[in-house]
Amino acid sequence: MSDRIGDRLLRAVCLAASLLVAIVLVEIAVQLLTGALPAIRRFGPGFVTGTHWRPNFDTFGAATLLFGTLVSSVMALALATPIGISIGLYLSLLAPRSVRDVVGPLVEMLAAIPSVIVGLWGILVLAPIVQGHIEPVLHGALGFLPVFGSPQTTGSSIFTAGLVLTIMVVPIIASVSRDIFMTVPRDVQDAAAALGATRWETVRGVVLPSTASGIVATSVLALGRALGEAIAVTQVIGAGNAIHGSLFATGDTLASRIANQFPGVTTELHKASLFYLALILLVIGLVTNLLAQQIVKRFAQNRSFAV
Amino acid sequence: MSTAVAAEFDPTGPLVASGNLRRRRAVNRFAEAIATGAALLAVAVLAIMVGAVAVRGAAALNLDFLTHAPRVPGEVGGGIAPAIVGTAIIVGVATLVAMPLGVLVALYLTEFAPPRVAGPIRLTLDLLNGLPSIVIGLFVFGLLVSGRHQSGFAGAVCLAIIMVPLIARSSQEMLLLVPRPMRDAADALGVRRWRTVLTVVLPAAAGGIVTGTVLAIARAAGETAPLIFTTSIFADKTSFDVFGTALPNIPTEIYTLSQQDDPTGITKAWGAALVLVVFILLTNIAARALLARSQRRLTQ
Amino acid sequence: MTELAGAQAPSALPPPPRMRIVADGAPATRAAGRDGAAAQADREIVFDLRDVTVRYGAKPAIAHITLPIQRNVVTAIIGPSGCGKSTFLRCLNRMNDSIPGFSISGQVLYHGHDLYAAGVDRVEVRRRIGMVFQKPNPFAKSIYDNVAWAARNLGLKEALDDRVERALRGAALWDEVKDRLKASALGLSGGQQQRLCIARAIAIEPDALLLDEPASALDPIATAAIEELMHTLKRRYTIVIVTHNMQQAARVADRTAFFSLDPTSAEPVGALVEYDDTQTIFTNPADSRTRDYVSGRFG
Repeated sequence: MSDRIGDRLLRAVCLAASLLVAIVLVEIAVQLLTGALPAIRRFGPGFVTGTHWRPNFDTFGAATLLFGTLVSSVMALALATPIGISIGLYLSLLAPRSVRDVVGPLVEMLAAIPSVIVGLWGILVLAPIVQGHIEPVLHGALGFLPVFGSPQTTGSSIFTAGLVLTIMVVPIIASVSRDIFMTVPRDVQDAAAALGATRWETVRGVVLPSTASGIVATSVLALGRALGEAIAVTQVIGAGNAIHGSLFATGDTLASRIANQFPGVTTELHKASLFYLALILLVIGLVTNLLAQQIVKRFAQNRSFAV
Repeated sequence: MSTAVAAEFDPTGPLVASGNLRRRRAVNRFAEAIATGAALLAVAVLAIMVGAVAVRGAAALNLDFLTHAPRVPGEVGGGIAPAIVGTAIIVGVATLVAMPLGVLVALYLTEFAPPRVAGPIRLTLDLLNGLPSIVIGLFVFGLLVSGRHQSGFAGAVCLAIIMVPLIARSSQEMLLLVPRPMRDAADALGVRRWRTVLTVVLPAAAGGIVTGTVLAIARAAGETAPLIFTTSIFADKTSFDVFGTALPNIPTEIYTLSQQDDPTGITKAWGAALVLVVFILLTNIAARALLARSQRRLTQ
Repeated sequence: MTELAGAQAPSALPPPPRMRIVADGAPATRAAGRDGAAAQADREIVFDLRDVTVRYGAKPAIAHITLPIQRNVVTAIIGPSGCGKSTFLRCLNRMNDSIPGFSISGQVLYHGHDLYAAGVDRVEVRRRIGMVFQKPNPFAKSIYDNVAWAARNLGLKEALDDRVERALRGAALWDEVKDRLKASALGLSGGQQQRLCIARAIAIEPDALLLDEPASALDPIATAAIEELMHTLKRRYTIVIVTHNMQQAARVADRTAFFSLDPTSAEPVGALVEYDDTQTIFTNPADSRTRDYVSGRFG
């Protein structure tokens, strides 16, 4: 009967679409692997620890980029997590309804701004301020710590990149943590209030402990976002090539190096090395995503946290 | 019975803070101040950023800017018309590819997939969603550009890969909202599954699916990294040759101009940024309002 | 239980008036006849509600409630569903404040202080007036931490172990949990969880205890255990208990207030119909509606 064929056809088409999606994911990994093959053959796993990146000498190593990726992302997370959670608490528990309905969407708008525009603003507005006001102050006050070395001339630095990443990641943490906090049942909050606890004590004693795993998963997801950001970072990080102790030095991340050098790539080995970087980035991205999902699953909440 | 405690605390006294409550209240106020401050900080940053784009971009904005092609670099005047057209084409093609795919995947997950299969597919969607877009750009580069040439189509494929998980997820949510009784009624009338899906379920979820797609468009329109690899080397004039050449587009235009030291170029960059921001913010606002309305209609 | 004294109360203070809503809506009192248990005649009034009306938005929930609640007795609030018993209870510790549209008129005096006056510290109010809810709501912490949590907040950190033990004994839960204080509270049965909630509330030694249908979610054995507790707890605390179970009120309460929907108003509004010693309410109520309710004719 044509109707039964119709059923089978629709099912087959839908299945085909789903398979296509799965194939794309696999193909991505395959393509990156293929593209990176020359570099893998040349450098092997030692690529990860190599600290020199000199296209002219056919020497490539990812260590400085891993360092830059790590430092900028950790800095962004260290800043964005408390800020994001505070905003989430504000939106879910503190703000009156009318305020929440305005501020909530505004925070989400921040996430909607394309990274190239954040980067543009970063180079032209943020970097001068950082270089002229923030870095000197920090260096002056805390310069005894090697982390706060002397500022560069342009304001392009790992620090500025970290700030840009913070701005991009805060809305994610804020929105998702707000949603999580709103799932805390009213009755336990009422119980805490009825025991003569202040709102902060209720948050500290009841809300935060019961949502801890969800918050951690959100942070891991935000970390994944920060790790993969290429454009905004490359616009403000200064394309540095060495590992410095100071946040105010220039640097580079995996993603921003790829964005920076691919358009002008020189040799085949250079291209393959950039593919190798992308492969590392792919693995890191998949691992953080899976980690976040595991955390969620382990503590039996059913939401999809991919934003 | 602890008489020490009872003595500290006189229930008949005035109803003001007793014991350590004054200090705890101060701590509470401090915590509330921080939370409020954080929210204000976020709103302030948004205002500063959008404000900067608006103020600096307005200087570049005039009718010429929106309708003419660029002049020689360094020359004042000219506009981003080719980039606007190019972005429209690239995003349009991406939507043509991504929307059916996303809806079909969502249909499979909600209507057909056995649980053992649904899990991995959802996982795949989540993983794709979380991939750095530069990785996607490199993938399509290897697939379509390497050995050949850049094309607007390659850029569209990148954007489609980014859009499919978003459309699939929001479509899924809308499809799940279609009330069971609607489907059961069709079943009871002996209507075949495929007819029910195409003539009852999909139309009911259509509004939400469309707005979910619009949100995905807003997201894709701002993506730069993948386009750098696929459609960034182009002649600065309007072109409709999607498969043959790279098409000009707003994000890479902004990116390229931002890397140069040319003041007129910088002004153009702000202008282009303003156009992009306005488009994205308006689309977001409209889509979210419509989405809320569709969800309300389905759940009433 | 209460005793009906045949003689007039010898003290100088007038006996608590019997309240009754007459048809025109004005509360009436009757001179104390056979009423007035001597022991209760001169009890201090802890909660004194005067013409209290509660609205959510424009809709009134309860109207013109005047009701004095005495110290160290168990006062039960009974009545059919929807007549505002929980709303009334939550007025006593300002737990209605968080409900949108809430507004209250009239006075709620606690030891003579207006609970709703400007400048009253809500947190302080709840420290003095504890509450146990209908559904047990222990925190996702250990049994010990549940009981100790509020005490820690209040800075009552010395001899915490003793305090926790006393509270658990007071809630008749100690023997069952003393060997597993560090176990999660969520692993207890419903009846145990509710007793834990009682222990949690009395651990900080409040002045009064409000219980909102504490046994309605529990099985008969657990219910009996909770009811037993009322008799011991009232020696130390002033107890107000809302219950939809008349027999429970008859078993545990010294005074009983019967709420119902006011027939004189256009929309359903909760009103106080009668308030008296429990025995009187159940054996010789003054109002016909009370008589109908307690004899099972409706509600």
